[in-house]
Amino acid sequence: MTVQAWTFVLVGLSFALYIGVAIATRANSTKEFYVAGSGVSPLANGMATAADWMSAASFISMAGLIAFRGYDGSVYLMGWTGGYVLLALLLAPYLRKFGAYTVPDFVGDRYYSQTARIVAVVCAIFVSFTYVAGQMRGVGIVFGRFLEVPVEIGVVIGMGIVFFYAVLGGMKGITYTQVAQYCVLIFAYLVPAIFLSLMITGNAIPQFGLGGVDLESGTFLLDRLNGLHEELGFAAYTSGTKSTIDVFFITAALMVGTAGLPHVIIRFYTVPKVRDARISVGWALMFIALLYTAAPAVAVFARTNLLNTVSEQPYAEMPEWFTKWESTGLISFEDRNGDGLIQFVGPDARDATGASIANELTIDQDIMVLANPEIAGLPNWVIGLVAAGGLAAALSTAAGLLLVVSAAISHDLLKRGIKKDISERGELIAARVSAGVAVVIAGYLGINPPGFVAEVVAFAFGLAAASFFPAIILGIFSKRMNREGAILGMISGITLTAGYIVYFKFINPAANTAEYWWFGISPEGIGTLGMLVNLAVALTVSRFTPPPPEEIVHMVNRIRVPRGAGAAHEISA
Amino acid sequence: MTDTPETPATVGGPDGKNPRAGDYWRKNLQYLGILLAVWFAVSYGAGILFVEQLNRIRIPGTGFPLGFWFAQQGSIYAFMVLIFVYVFLMNRLDQEFDVDEGGE
Repeated sequence: MTVQAWTFVLVGLSFALYIGVAIATRANSTKEFYVAGSGVSPLANGMATAADWMSAASFISMAGLIAFRGYDGSVYLMGWTGGYVLLALLLAPYLRKFGAYTVPDFVGDRYYSQTARIVAVVCAIFVSFTYVAGQMRGVGIVFGRFLEVPVEIGVVIGMGIVFFYAVLGGMKGITYTQVAQYCVLIFAYLVPAIFLSLMITGNAIPQFGLGGVDLESGTFLLDRLNGLHEELGFAAYTSGTKSTIDVFFITAALMVGTAGLPHVIIRFYTVPKVRDARISVGWALMFIALLYTAAPAVAVFARTNLLNTVSEQPYAEMPEWFTKWESTGLISFEDRNGDGLIQFVGPDARDATGASIANELTIDQDIMVLANPEIAGLPNWVIGLVAAGGLAAALSTAAGLLLVVSAAISHDLLKRGIKKDISERGELIAARVSAGVAVVIAGYLGINPPGFVAEVVAFAFGLAAASFFPAIILGIFSKRMNREGAILGMISGITLTAGYIVYFKFINPAANTAEYWWFGISPEGIGTLGMLVNLAVALTVSRFTPPPPEEIVHMVNRIRVPRGAGAAHEISA
Repeated sequence: MTDTPETPATVGGPDGKNPRAGDYWRKNLQYLGILLAVWFAVSYGAGILFVEQLNRIRIPGTGFPLGFWFAQQGSIYAFMVLIFVYVFLMNRLDQEFDVDEGGE
């Protein structure tokens, strides 16, 4: 069977599975729609959280990013896992005890303020939409390359699936579909990783293969790769090129951003008890770590294979995968010295006479994971499996994000905002309609992606880090924190972060170099500074403004102890 | 379903003046301090600030420079362990102070 036939079969089977699960788990009440009736077991919730969290960026892009950046890619590995420690220790148990439906719910009630609620709603919607656009883009790439259908049709099919189970099933449907999607995506990620590890190092566990001996050369794989890098004029793989302060700030922004992302936080409202929320974060991180510890191994295997396959080889003899990706525009070759061979070299490459060698090959880092099995010559079914896994990662995250948007509109804006007398049935209809509209907008963004999806993702993390995270932490850990402090803190954190990113990414991209950055912090890492400013402003302002009312102090006292969590409910404010 | 009514024995009850409430919270903060210190040490410490010094050391029998290993593998394993240790400590603390959700 051809790659395309295998892809059709495996993607088709996985889609049928998701639809089957969705039909079996339809939501009948707002509580089921928003938080799956708070009846999800911690293990299932952990698995769903892992699928929710691991997006097209984790599945498709991350190993490629690491393959091209070496040590500098560590920011994603540490940043996107370390946030779970913060979630487990500082957020999840307390938010579960509070027992609301959404993140703006907590912010609005804790700070007894509609303004705070609205600021939170706007942030939640913005963060979620920027993210969804990236997922739909991932769906488009997979369909375009493997099924060879136009990107538009790919996105429409993906939208149709998400529409079906998110609108019908709400959180309940999404949760159980995500459990299925996790199984598909982790299987699809690990099978090629194990194959590659066996081929290159003879060790079946990729995490150990990474530190193992390369069978071909008999030296340690990492030493061999460092050697290849030196030969070809790239920076050493195991040490980075970014400044220490920038690595520090980017890692922190990603960690704190992870802990502040509404679609992740909301998952811990779905378990029955506080102790379930705590352990559930542990399960989630364990399921995530299965992929995240394999990713750096996949990156090294991919990098080594790529260099071996293309470096100094005749262009005319490149295998089929090379020409197929070339036709998507994600690989491009220009024979600058006219020797018919591919020179894939770094900035420091020199020939025998000491003259510099020009690089002739440009590879989009996003294709590494998808192209990896083909580069290594793995069986066709593995390639089809990777396509199905990429789609599972993109769709599961998209669904989780769409739910946040839908809840923000039907619950935070209508029920708790402008139309308080809305009936349960009315709210459920509103939730479904807004989920439907959100799917269509997301699909539009997927077909006509703004050229700056990658930039915008930095935005999403930066804003989550600079807004939600400090507001929630202070709301739990400081009884003195009041409305004025929280709102001014959020506004100053967001303004600083957004201003910095907009300036360097959109207004004056030419100045986007370390020379002009504050303290050498890149726009990707500025969310950390935004968070610190938010904390400082909030703490200062709250000292000079009236303390929160007594019932809020009691509420904080209640949040701090597990007993009495019950099911998710409306706090009577 | 609504909140289970809080009994007077509940730590940090509605009056917030239960003396044991303070102890429970202080102990919690103490755990957080220790666990977050480890969290910082394995990632920002070993993986970022001291990565170059640690890279001079190799994990015996493997090709891993130690700093690189912490940045791309070790920190993630440590994060998992930290969460499970936290869960264990807090479940024990909840029982000790009788604020667990046992019968609910």
